[in-house]
Amino acid sequence: MGFDQYHEPPDELPADTRTFARLCASLTEEAEAIGWYQQRLAVEPDPEARAIMLDAQGEEFKHFSMDLEFLLRRTPTWRAIAEGILFRGGDIVENGEEAEAEATEGEAGAGGPEPDGSGSLGIRSLKGAAR
Amino acid sequence: MNHLLRPLAPISDSAWKLLDTEATERLTAALAARKLVDFSGPHGWEHSSTNLGRITPLASAPCEGISAVQRRVLPLAEVRADFSVSLAELRDHDRGAVDVDLGDLDDAAHRIARAENIAVFHGWSDAGITGIAEASSHDVLSLGDHGDAYPRAVARAVELLLRSGISGPYALALGRDEYTRVVETAEHGGYPLWDHLRQIVEGPLVWAPGVRGAIVLSMRGGDFRYASGQDLSIGYDRHDADSVHFYLEESFSFLVATPEAAVALTS
Repeated sequence: MGFDQYHEPPDELPADTRTFARLCASLTEEAEAIGWYQQRLAVEPDPEARAIMLDAQGEEFKHFSMDLEFLLRRTPTWRAIAEGILFRGGDIVENGEEAEAEATEGEAGAGGPEPDGSGSLGIRSLKGAAR
Repeated sequence: MNHLLRPLAPISDSAWKLLDTEATERLTAALAARKLVDFSGPHGWEHSSTNLGRITPLASAPCEGISAVQRRVLPLAEVRADFSVSLAELRDHDRGAVDVDLGDLDDAAHRIARAENIAVFHGWSDAGITGIAEASSHDVLSLGDHGDAYPRAVARAVELLLRSGISGPYALALGRDEYTRVVETAEHGGYPLWDHLRQIVEGPLVWAPGVRGAIVLSMRGGDFRYASGQDLSIGYDRHDADSVHFYLEESFSFLVATPEAAVALTS
């Protein structure tokens, strides 16, 4: 079993960074699988085989999306930039540049504890905080 | 810069951090609703309404041969609590003072947390919000005048929920007086009332400023839905020679999906 998702000695990395790296590796693998199925579907003529591969690719879409959501929840700046790009119309590159500028401005200057670009205090849900 | 205009405030990054940290601490203690109900978002300042999945018939259509309906939504409400901080106090903070007077911020944090609790637990008709207690399909139970009577009342509430098919764990939101009574009371034999009630509800007891009496509710999820637009934030309003004027602000909506999932109790 390989441990090549780490670029630094694993025993020097905090546990949450190791988890983060595992999910990044998983995200990459799901994206690769989506691409492989896309190629197979492009050349496979058998309808039954295509149906199975379409179903399998749908699973990879789900896995990729869950990995991505996990990583975005743990990385406010990444999330802030993604919110400015994903599921929006318009020019993708322009949206990206604006989202990055807003997110990093919030991080550097606004002084909020959550650098998510909204300027909010980042309190969100408190379920689990009560005893 | 967004609508909060934070970079325009004539204060240091360190002072901003002081205000944000103080507000977060004060709010976190008093935001009872967020400890008990489902939370979605924050969806952003531009987010204006929550989908109800309901329609309203329209009396007319653009032309003959067409039927038409209109979607119903619950608009988000905005709440804001103003406060001021002395410029001299913030300058002293930059010099290393540790006893900065943030009393006005503390009051504002309590006010806005209380407003959120009241809207969620008791409703806010002008904003179209029906609260958990007023939506409840169960009769209101009496807590009694003494803490000794609380376990029986809370147990009755839990039994009502069970009888309605509402599973736990349950939680108990307590108004200020009721919370104090629970904390200070030991039952016969010295057993703390707090621990007894925790055993009954199998979930948290929460200090809920703004709640009248107490509310037992299920925490299984899916029954009570708080939607956040702009989550609680500090914005900059203006400044003069002596003070900087800020505000705490948020936008939200709240929906009760299962009226059977809570029981209100009065003192």
